[in-house]
Amino acid sequence: MKFLELVWLIPLIPLAGAALMLVLGRLLDPQPPSEVAAAPGVAPAASGHGVAHRIGQHGHSAARSVISLLCPGTVFVSLLLSLGAVWELAALPGRTYEVVKFTWVAGLPFFTQSGALARFTADWGFLLDPLSSVMILVVTGVGFLIHVYSVGYMGHEGGYYRFFGYLNLFVFFMLMLVLANNYLLMFVGWEGVGLCSYLLIGFYFHKKSAADAGKKAFVMNRVGDAGFILGMLLMFSVFGSVRFREVNEALASGRFAAETAGLGVLSAIALLLFLGATGKSAQFPLYTWLPDAMEGPTPVSALIHAATMVTAGVYMVARSHLLFRLTPEASTVVAVIGAFTAILAASIALVQNDIKRVLAYSTVSQLGYMFMACGVGAYWVAIFHLYTHAFFKALLFLGSGSVIHALGGEQDMRRMGGLKDKIPVTYRTMVVGALAISGIPGFAGFFSKDEILWQIYSSPHGSKVIYLVALVTAGMTAFYMWRLIFMTFHGSPRTDPQTLAHVHESPPVMTVPLVALAVGSALAGWIGVPKLWAFLPESFRAFEHWLAPTLSAPALRASEHAHEAATEWLLMGVSVAVALAGIGLARHLYLARPERVQALRQAAGPLYTVLANKWYVDEIYDAVFVNGLGKGGGSALARFDNRIVDGGVNGAGWMTRLTSTLSIWWDTWIVDGAVRLLSFLVKAASFPVRVLHTGSVQAYALVIVLGAAVLFTWYLVR
Amino acid sequence: MNLLDVVLILPLAGFLLLLFLPREREQTIRRVALGFALLTFVLSLGLAVGYRGAGEFAFVTDKPWIRSPEIRYHVALDGLSLWLVLLTTLLTPVGILVSWNYISRRVKEFYALFLLLEFGLIGVFVALDLILFYVFWEVSLVPMYFLIGVWGHERRIYAAVKFFLFTMAGSVLMLAAIIYLYTYAGTFDYVELLRLQAAGNLAFRRGEELLLFLGFFIAFAIKVPLFPLHTWLPDAHVEAPTAGSVMLASVMLKMGCYGLLRFLLPLFPQASRECAPWIVGLAIAGIIYGALVALVQPNMKKLVAYTSVSHLGFVVLGIFTFSQLGADGAVYQMINHGISTGALFVLVGFLYERKHSLEIADYGGVATPAPNLAAVFMITALASAGLPTLNNFVGEYLVLQGTAQVNFRWAVLAATGVILAAGYMLWLYQRVFFGPAPESVREHVYDLKRREWAAMLPLVALMVWLGTASETFLPAIRQTNAWILERARTSGEVRVQLSMPREEAKP
Repeated sequence: MKFLELVWLIPLIPLAGAALMLVLGRLLDPQPPSEVAAAPGVAPAASGHGVAHRIGQHGHSAARSVISLLCPGTVFVSLLLSLGAVWELAALPGRTYEVVKFTWVAGLPFFTQSGALARFTADWGFLLDPLSSVMILVVTGVGFLIHVYSVGYMGHEGGYYRFFGYLNLFVFFMLMLVLANNYLLMFVGWEGVGLCSYLLIGFYFHKKSAADAGKKAFVMNRVGDAGFILGMLLMFSVFGSVRFREVNEALASGRFAAETAGLGVLSAIALLLFLGATGKSAQFPLYTWLPDAMEGPTPVSALIHAATMVTAGVYMVARSHLLFRLTPEASTVVAVIGAFTAILAASIALVQNDIKRVLAYSTVSQLGYMFMACGVGAYWVAIFHLYTHAFFKALLFLGSGSVIHALGGEQDMRRMGGLKDKIPVTYRTMVVGALAISGIPGFAGFFSKDEILWQIYSSPHGSKVIYLVALVTAGMTAFYMWRLIFMTFHGSPRTDPQTLAHVHESPPVMTVPLVALAVGSALAGWIGVPKLWAFLPESFRAFEHWLAPTLSAPALRASEHAHEAATEWLLMGVSVAVALAGIGLARHLYLARPERVQALRQAAGPLYTVLANKWYVDEIYDAVFVNGLGKGGGSALARFDNRIVDGGVNGAGWMTRLTSTLSIWWDTWIVDGAVRLLSFLVKAASFPVRVLHTGSVQAYALVIVLGAAVLFTWYLVR
Repeated sequence: MNLLDVVLILPLAGFLLLLFLPREREQTIRRVALGFALLTFVLSLGLAVGYRGAGEFAFVTDKPWIRSPEIRYHVALDGLSLWLVLLTTLLTPVGILVSWNYISRRVKEFYALFLLLEFGLIGVFVALDLILFYVFWEVSLVPMYFLIGVWGHERRIYAAVKFFLFTMAGSVLMLAAIIYLYTYAGTFDYVELLRLQAAGNLAFRRGEELLLFLGFFIAFAIKVPLFPLHTWLPDAHVEAPTAGSVMLASVMLKMGCYGLLRFLLPLFPQASRECAPWIVGLAIAGIIYGALVALVQPNMKKLVAYTSVSHLGFVVLGIFTFSQLGADGAVYQMINHGISTGALFVLVGFLYERKHSLEIADYGGVATPAPNLAAVFMITALASAGLPTLNNFVGEYLVLQGTAQVNFRWAVLAATGVILAAGYMLWLYQRVFFGPAPESVREHVYDLKRREWAAMLPLVALMVWLGTASETFLPAIRQTNAWILERARTSGEVRVQLSMPREEAKP
């Protein structure tokens, strides 16, 4: 029980490393300001010799050695703790260990819609079960190798402490994501890995394209995250809990009937959660951030954008498999989206020339396979592919990083070629990776991909159409992968001679992880061999058995026997043949008869243009959402705010002033005017009298005299 | 005289003392002001430690002030006001620290008014007599008017007058409502009013209740500010000095939110419910509208001001769902917004002190000369954008959860605000901090100084604390909200069941 009780330490140790780096890193690894300022000119992995020697002076300082030991070290300790915990987990009955450290958010008890008394709680709680154990081993295992590789790859670059701080922070959040015992805490990891992805894509933040790509990744993921949040909200309203255990108990209790006809509230939850998954796992329609994410340093692409973070969506769907099992229509959506994404991304990968972008689209496509498996109810197979994919895709990315490193930052395959003898370790390991992803029997990818194809074909939720799509995608995968190998390593060099002269194999700190991953890519599949291979003992199928307590679905298992073994052999043969055909075609076009490529391009005409422009999805999104609804809507509303809303306020002020002016006028001329008119009238009326009443005695005397004179005269005359 | 009275009186004492200091001794004035603010803060921590309330009021002082009509000095603290008081006492020293060099004119008046502002703000949150509440409401208005009008930027007079008139328009209506309520109930005392209401002696006619409700509501809605009554806010923020913006965004806007929960829901439950759909509509409109308008603002302070419209939409939404989680989230969001938006204004103020511009276009590549400033800004921006493990997420999530239980469609609409938040924050960040640094930026922009660290560190620490250990703060809020919502419950048509058992008090 020792290691299990320390399960919470597994994420915490990388967090400590991250905190140390991000708070004190600047002191350990001082950055001359001039150099940071000069960084815009430094392309990703700018280790061409001129640059490397200039910056490389302090690249091996004692402080850097501390970082180089400490940061991979924290992940290694986590790996050891994980191994110990998983070892002990295997001995536990039910293979589930849950521990709550403390309460994060809580609410008062209340009655849910279904009438049950519920109380909102989200804890800092950890759940280790077979599903999360696979994930933590992948994260810490592959994560450790990539950390080691980064020591070599990033050794010459500025911001070394920052890079490792973010990378450790990523491992923390990723481990929180997979170890959380409730959806809300899972969401912490979910957004946290998105944050690290943002920070690491924008690592070369002086470059606008890198900063743009980081922002795009974060905002696009936010669209998915809003779906995740809404799914959680609805989930709590329905089940009264966001804890995995309680939600699953409710789902398993039979209180909720499977929504076979139409979409009900469970389907709504499932689809909203899946919207979250499409964001994080780069599925249609939210996949376009992932190719752009290649702006980040290559180890980041390997760790975050291939092996771990982008698989979080698959993990989440598998974690919610009881929900998806009750919502067949939502599951169908998952399968269809997966299939559509797989072939869409593979079609784009066919014509890309940037070595990392080929791999990025390949990742999108492979994630599509995982969702297809989820969609047809083969959750363990999805996780199996996630696990094998982590090996070979991390390997391919790190290998491409080694190529880029050797060529001083060159990523365009049109300027590569003929490198196989110059960087032999990189070449050989990448060939292993390519064999694995193409599904050549014996290599890891074969077992997982073939099982997915078989499940799509045979499962009651499967479909022949989806199977065909997956099969065609498999052929495309083999083609673009070997196109990459041939363009990069074979043929005659197309690199400029000066760079070519400096090409050298990467240091052991980079090649050892490559070899380790190559071993994994070759052998990792042997714990999930097909049932068809009955000659092998059950221990070769340990993966499915291990996951059974979490992901088992007896109802589906039975159906597998319905098919003939012959069919399965046949399909296996078909998929291998398709893969070989893809490889052969790539060899033909890019090795044997390169001149045909151009002809083919012309023949394909507009189709080629559309593919090369990635189906114009980016352009459409930019026009509609970014510039249209976002900035356009914002500007329109800002004008509305200024003119109408505030215009109303200012108008009211103006009206007040106007009325007060009118009041003044009214007051002066009408109200006061009336008063003055009255006084004028009185004055006017009194005028004749006033003339007489002068107050002068002489005047009165004069009037008296004159009056007397008049009277006197009148008497006389009469 | 209990601790609460001391916390309330101290800033006033500081204000009076500052008036008697010679105006040339600027450094002394600053130190005295900071000393008073820090002492108030430290003492106010005692309120949190000593608060054991289970819904009732604590630290009560109830003394007659004016005999006829009977107006009382009745102040007390509950879970709703506790954190708002602490927010005020925390942000006052922060505001003083960021003004240290920024304010060079009329130093004495500035700090005196700043402490007077603190007095008014604390008073608003603890007054339980309606007239006393009104007095504090107006007391807080006057210093802010001068802070904007005297120490602001170019269009400060326009902004200050606009701010003053807007708020006055509302508060006059509120005063009328208070007086009408008095003629009806014969008391200004909040607790007494609730007692009358519980006994059934405060039954309004329908139209009457609606008018009273609107009298209060408009005053509060302007202060929140609720769309479409928000346009005083961007102007006031852009023109105010940094410390003014901080107090305005962090604390003053909460006066409105506080009033909604404290007075409207318990006193006018029927009218609150009748108007709720309209108010929720305005709140959601504000969430989306504020976020979209923020997206395209070329001025940093204006941008942050519009994000406030969006964030406070969540607060109003949470309150008017009448759900426990929604109300908890709303109160939590008040605190969160105070911390993270306050911090954003502080940081924008730092940038302004360096380069004397608020226009985003004048910046770029700031991360190169000022990496620490960039890091702190990043954390704050992410908090504001609602990243889990930082504070805003918890509040927004609880509001959305409360909303979803009442009406899921509202939650869907409000959730778009979460997406847009990432957009406007990261775009702002990219344009200011990323990219190559132009000569002018490299020349003028320097990294954080010690005094600036001192202002920011507590805020950043709180963002993490509020975001990861929310149960430190939530129990007090929950109990008070349960108490308020129980009173807001009207007969029949209760859509959301409220708390039954009361939680045991936690420190």
